[in-house]
Amino acid sequence: MKKFTYSSILSQLLLLIFVIIWIIPTFGLFISSLRDKDLLAISGWWTSLTTTEVNEIYRMSGMASQIQEEDYFIIKGKLFENNPGKKIQSFGITSKKINEFKIGEVAIFKDESKVTIDENGNYLWKSLTEFTKKKGKRIFTTSLSPPSFTFDNYKEVLFKEGIGRAFINTLAVALPSTLIPLIICSFFAYALTWMKFFGRDTLLAIIIASLVVPLQMSLIPILTIYNDFGALFGVAAKSYPGVWMAHTGFGLASTTFLLRNFLKSLPNEMMEAAKVDGASHYDIFLKIILPLSIPAFASIFILQFLWCWNDLLVGLVFLDQVPSEIILTAKLKELLGSRGENWEILTTGAFVSMTIPLFIFFALQRYFIRGLVAGSVKG
Amino acid sequence: MSLLNLTFIVFLGVLFFISYFHISNFVLDKYGARSNKRYQFENSLRVIIFILPAFIVLFIFILYPVFETVRLSFYDKFGREFVGLYNYKWAVNDPEFKRSILNNLGWLLIVPTLSTFFGLVIANLADRIWWGSIAKSIIFMPMAISFVGAGVIWKFIYEYRGPGDTQIGLLNAIIVSFGYEPQAWLTIPLWNNVFLMAIMIWIQTGLALVIFSAALRSIPKEMIEASRIDGASELKIFFSIIIPYLEQTILVIWTLITIIVLRIFDIIFAMTNGEWQTGVLANLMYDWMFRGGGDSGRGSVLAIVIMIGVIPILAWNLYKHRQEQKI
Repeated sequence: MKKFTYSSILSQLLLLIFVIIWIIPTFGLFISSLRDKDLLAISGWWTSLTTTEVNEIYRMSGMASQIQEEDYFIIKGKLFENNPGKKIQSFGITSKKINEFKIGEVAIFKDESKVTIDENGNYLWKSLTEFTKKKGKRIFTTSLSPPSFTFDNYKEVLFKEGIGRAFINTLAVALPSTLIPLIICSFFAYALTWMKFFGRDTLLAIIIASLVVPLQMSLIPILTIYNDFGALFGVAAKSYPGVWMAHTGFGLASTTFLLRNFLKSLPNEMMEAAKVDGASHYDIFLKIILPLSIPAFASIFILQFLWCWNDLLVGLVFLDQVPSEIILTAKLKELLGSRGENWEILTTGAFVSMTIPLFIFFALQRYFIRGLVAGSVKG
Repeated sequence: MSLLNLTFIVFLGVLFFISYFHISNFVLDKYGARSNKRYQFENSLRVIIFILPAFIVLFIFILYPVFETVRLSFYDKFGREFVGLYNYKWAVNDPEFKRSILNNLGWLLIVPTLSTFFGLVIANLADRIWWGSIAKSIIFMPMAISFVGAGVIWKFIYEYRGPGDTQIGLLNAIIVSFGYEPQAWLTIPLWNNVFLMAIMIWIQTGLALVIFSAALRSIPKEMIEASRIDGASELKIFFSIIIPYLEQTILVIWTLITIIVLRIFDIIFAMTNGEWQTGVLANLMYDWMFRGGGDSGRGSVLAIVIMIGVIPILAWNLYKHRQEQKI
C-alpha cells in the first residue's frame, strides 16, 4: 500500500507540473492585458502579482506654478496621479544616490531650496529666492507598488484600435459560415444515409476523401473564380457571402461525415414505420430526425464555429483587409507587425479574440469534446 | 458596410438556404401524388432537392479546384500558357522550397509525436487523480483558441530585450535569473523552428488528451485491477496493457495531428512570417499567391506537394471505409 501512495504522489506532482506549464502562457497574457501599459513595458507580468519595489524618476513643476508665502517661494504638487496604492519609501535628488532621503526628511538642493515629500507623492518645494527655471528639478523615488489592475487597455483596444469592429466582422463571418453548412449538410447526410439513389456510395467515398484534402488545394482556383465573378458582374470580388461559401465548402466534408455517422446510429425501424404511415422524407427529417439530432448539431456547430472564428487563411484570402471586413485574427496579425512593441494592445487584443472561444469552451465543453472525439478530421 | 446592413445580409444569407429546402419540399409534398408511379418520380426529385446544394458546393470548392490546381501547375504564372514541368523544376532548384520541405518534415516528425506522447501520459495521470478532470480542462483549453492568439501568447513568452534591460518575456527572465545571456529566440536558425513547434504541441496535446481519455474508459477495469493485485507496477501496466490496448487510438491521433501540421500556416505567418529560416510549404505557397502579382503555377506546385503528403492517409481512410461497408 505504501508503494501505491508513493506513486500516487509522484503522479500528482507530475500532472501538476504539466498543468502549470500549460496554464502559465495564457495566464500571463490575461494578467498583462489588465496591467497599466507603462508598467507592462518595463516589468514582467509576474511582478504585478505581488507588492514590488519600483524605482522611478519624476520632475517637479517649474516656475509657472510658484506662489509666495511670507519669506518663501513655494511650489506644491503631486509626483504622480491616479495611483492610489503606491507608497514612496525613500527618495533622492541625484541619480547617484536615489535612496538618500527617507520620507519626512528634508532634501536640500545646491541652490539651497528644500523639498519634502510624503509617501503619497505630494511634495513641497521651498526656496528663499524666486524660482527661475521653466522646468522643475528631478526627484528619484523608490516606492512599493501593490498589485493594481485596470480595464483601460480594453477600452482603448475595443474602440480606438478597431478590434471592436473586427470582433463584429468575425461574428458576421463565423455565424453564417457555421449555419449554412449545418443546414445543407444535414439534408445531404440524410440523403446519404436514408435515401437510395444511383452513385450514393461513390459520393460517400468522395466525402471521405475530401476530409483530408488540404485547404491549399482550393485557394488558387477559387480566388480566380471569385475574381472572374467580380469582374463579370462589376461587384467586389471579396465579400461576406464569398467567405461564407468558402467556409461552407471547406467544412462540408467533415460536417457531412460527422452527421452521417450520427444518423447511421439511429434505428432504421423508426424511419420505416413513419414511411408506412405515409410520411414524406421531409416530414421524417423535420419531425423525427431534427429533434433527435440536437446534441449532434450542437457538437458540430461548436466545432465549425470555432474553426471559422479562429481561421486566418480563409479570411485573409477571401476578404479585403479593410476595417469593415477585416477579421480578428487578421487584425491581430496586422497589429503584431505594426504595433509589435505595444504589448498592452497585443495582449488585450488577443484576449478579446479569445473571449468567445473560451466562453464556448467553458460553457459547452461536453459538446465540444464529443464532436472532437467523434472524429474531427478536417482538410 | 454599416452594422445594420451587415446584420441584414447575415440574416438573409441563412434564410436563403432554409427557404430553399422548405419551399421546394413544401411544393413537392403538396403536388406530389401518392400513386406508385408518381411516387418513384417524386422520390428521385426529392433526392435531387436534398443533395443538390451540398453537391454544388462540394463541386465548386473541392472537386473542381483539385483538378484545376493540378492543371495550373503545368501552366505559367497567369495560367495561360502550357509550360510542362517548368514549375516543378523551379521548385526542385529553389532554396526556399528546400528549406520549407525540411522544416515541414521537422514539424511532421516532432509535433505529432510529442503531442501524442504528452496526451497519452497526461490522460493516464489524470485518469487516476481526483482533480484530474480540472487538469484535463486546463490542458485542453488551448484547443479552443486561434493559432494567431496562441502566437501572441507565445511571442510574449519569447520576447527579447537587450542584455542590460529588464526582461518582460518569461523565458528570457528565467534564463537571466540563472545568470545567462538573454536570447532573441525566434531569430536563432533551426532552434527557432523548435520554439514555434512548442506552440503547436501546446495546442494539439489537448486534442490527443481528450481522445485518449475517452479511449481509456474502454479498457476493462478488471484487467488493470487484476494485474495490480498480481503486483505489476504502474509503469508495467502502462507499457504492457494500456499502450497495446490503445494502439489503434494512437495511430488515429497521430494521423489527425499530422494532417493539421501538414498545412500549418497561421503560427509561422503570425510569428516570423517565414523569416530566419522558419518558412514551411503553406507559407511559401501563400507568398507565391501574391508575390509579384501572384504566380498560380508555382503556388499550385506547392499546394500539390502538401497534397502528396496526405495521399497515404487518404488512401488508408478509403480502404478502411471499404472494409466497413463490407460488414
